[in-house]
Amino acid sequence: MHDERFPGLRRRGFLAATTGAAALALVGCGGGTDDKAAGGSGTPKRGGRLRAAFAGGGASETLDPHLANLFADVARAKALFDKLADYGADLSAEPRLAEKWEADKGLDRWQVTLRQATFHDGKPVTAKDVLYSYRRIADPKQAFRAKASLEPIDLDASRATGERSIEFVLKRPTAEFPNILAAFGAYIVPENATEFDKKPIGSGPFRFVSFTPGRSAVFRRYDDHWDGAPLLDEIEFVVANEESARVNALLGGQVEYAHELNPTTARAHEGKGQIEIVRLRNSAMQAFCMKTDRAPFDDKRVREAFFLIADRQELVDGALSGAGEVGNDLFGKGYEYYAADLPQREQDLDRARALLKQAGAEKLKVTLDTSAVAAGFTEAAGIFRDQAAKAGVTIDVKMGSKDSYWSDILDGGTLSCYRSGAMPIEAHISQRLLTDSTTNATKWQHKDFDALYQQAQATRDKTERAAVYERMQRRLYSEGGFLIWGFADWIIGTAKTVKGVETKAPANTLDWARFDKVWLA
Amino acid sequence: MSGLRSFVARRLLLGALQTVAVVLLVFALTEALPGDAAVALAGDQPDPARIAAIREAMDLDRPAYERLAGWATGLLHGDLGTSLTSGRPVAHYIADGFGPTLLLATLTLALLVPIGFGLGVLAARHEGRLVDRLVSSVTLAVYAVPEFALGVLLVTVLAIKLAWLPPTALGYGTDLLAHPAALVLPVLVLLSRPVCSLSRLVRAGMVDALASPYAAHARRYGVPGARVRYTHALPNALAPAVQQLARTVDWLLCGVIVVEALFVIPGLGTVLLNAVAERDVPVVQGLAVVFGVLTVVLNLGADLVAHRLTPRAGVAA
Repeated sequence: MHDERFPGLRRRGFLAATTGAAALALVGCGGGTDDKAAGGSGTPKRGGRLRAAFAGGGASETLDPHLANLFADVARAKALFDKLADYGADLSAEPRLAEKWEADKGLDRWQVTLRQATFHDGKPVTAKDVLYSYRRIADPKQAFRAKASLEPIDLDASRATGERSIEFVLKRPTAEFPNILAAFGAYIVPENATEFDKKPIGSGPFRFVSFTPGRSAVFRRYDDHWDGAPLLDEIEFVVANEESARVNALLGGQVEYAHELNPTTARAHEGKGQIEIVRLRNSAMQAFCMKTDRAPFDDKRVREAFFLIADRQELVDGALSGAGEVGNDLFGKGYEYYAADLPQREQDLDRARALLKQAGAEKLKVTLDTSAVAAGFTEAAGIFRDQAAKAGVTIDVKMGSKDSYWSDILDGGTLSCYRSGAMPIEAHISQRLLTDSTTNATKWQHKDFDALYQQAQATRDKTERAAVYERMQRRLYSEGGFLIWGFADWIIGTAKTVKGVETKAPANTLDWARFDKVWLA
Repeated sequence: MSGLRSFVARRLLLGALQTVAVVLLVFALTEALPGDAAVALAGDQPDPARIAAIREAMDLDRPAYERLAGWATGLLHGDLGTSLTSGRPVAHYIADGFGPTLLLATLTLALLVPIGFGLGVLAARHEGRLVDRLVSSVTLAVYAVPEFALGVLLVTVLAIKLAWLPPTALGYGTDLLAHPAALVLPVLVLLSRPVCSLSRLVRAGMVDALASPYAAHARRYGVPGARVRYTHALPNALAPAVQQLARTVDWLLCGVIVVEALFVIPGLGTVLLNAVAERDVPVVQGLAVVFGVLTVVLNLGADLVAHRLTPRAGVAA
């Protein structure tokens, strides 16, 4: 296989959902204006076909929205299907198919009312379709990705209370229940639908025309979409795993939208007038993951020393080619509930050395696991090794297999490269930082921390809830296991004719890879 | 002729054994890779319970030898099995990928043979003179450029800067023939190195043959130069060239991953690359069988042709 010679030739796979790139654009730019990239100027025009190039999954691709795993899968799924809710730019849930939701006093029973919407075959979207979809996802015999997100719902006790109203019964109080409705892959399909590759029926803005796995999917405008018909006549998703191929196809006019470009490509073409570069800023969280249950990171002084070793700007400049901004050891910069008031951590090698000395960890030797699984991982590892050397810490960088990396580092090793895409801060905590979390890579297991999470979920008042989240974040900031050094831009290229591409849309949020509001000038 | 027949039978038998060995080796190597299809599919969400569920759904919890035996039994009935990740038949994967691969290989070969032999003969005819030096140095220089570098260069110049040709075959799917312009660059890249190696081989063979006593003898008898060149010298130069050609065809058919990736041509190389990344063992095994059979048949064919061209050399089995 020649892929060593051709470093771009790596599978960009499985990062969509949780680890995909987020991109909270324009966070620092203040102002809540509705800036659109690619010049939102002019009156939206109807018609035309837009071709969008994504990295994909080859001949194994499917249109089953519950199996969505890659960015390409999600982009196709959101064109054909809707969720009850979806994430806004700050990762708070916005109503979609659900018109409204209301909790009872105990926050463990929620009434959800559906809006009037129809599937592509004209049938209305009903409570039964919703319950069928959720039960399909939660089927214990299956391994759908959203199953873990739907876990708080007691689907046996939940029921339809009307044609368009559902009572969800939860296993425990869940103040952030709307996040579940917006969960990755929680799409609504018609009752009893099992086959999605021949002629899938959804309620999304586009209807199915054709699909060839690993090559192309063509969808046509659905005129009766509840959110208004799309402006485009047709959208075609094409698959090109090689970044240079996506760029070349865009430059050569073979596609109008290229997803996931390299920072160097962006720099080469930004402002040159040939194509538009859209940077979804503050996106994929970039981190080093310290296992807090084993030496040397079971000592919080060592963790703090590592926080102080990192020169975050150098990491952003080197590993992300400058396409990003520095992190403050907290997930979700710019998202709802983010503790933005904590001071920005800077490199302080003297203090780091002193802390290591106190902890009896002078001349420390650590192995840092990395892999070519994500852009910038190996570069970040090399840069951090050099930074650590200045504090007297010897880091041995170990390259791992990119296909099994995430599984390898979940329980193995002590220090590893890590990244994550957009998700609500609450979801980051519940999936990664509770004693029973399924992907707790930092082994952050503290009963009192779990209790704070339960407290937040049982708190109805939003301000009070925010205060609890802040307490949790302060703790993570001072002694957590994630050294979060940056947030990468997510880079998209479009032809000059493409208008209405949202810039404030982290990957996995509603407006990212959303084509029903895009138009061709 | 019976000697030849037994040679063919022996070679086919050997080829079958080789293919079996390749399949076993590929299976063992894929098993030895870290992680399996379930781990690859779980990706960045390696929840152990989920991985276990996927593993069970894919039947990966059965022992390796059982899975191999099940697959091999199917193969005896002509069934290549089904993909672990999508549940679709492996035969579909191969059939879908084979079209573009075959098209590229055919086009490349159709141009390679006349150009390669033409350049080789041309250089040999003008041995030591300007034409020879020109052909030899250009072919050597082109040969030294890796395909992907040449590909990137050609795309940048011919497709992006000059906009003469489309930069990729993106969105054309399998219907590449309907977009011949998109095939120009991939075929050029595929041609670049084989043309060089082939023409150099032909040149060397021709030069040797023309300098041989029998060619000199033929000339002394007054046999015209063209006849000496084409009916006496060329066949001798062909034997090694045919073997080289077989290797080239094998390379073209068994997945030219770099060119497929660069130009977004969904051929067998792409199928293989994805299957390995997904640890989709049945697909990898199916491809191993196809590649094994192709290699055996092509090399056998080349040996037979070489035997026909130079009967005196005998056949090395």
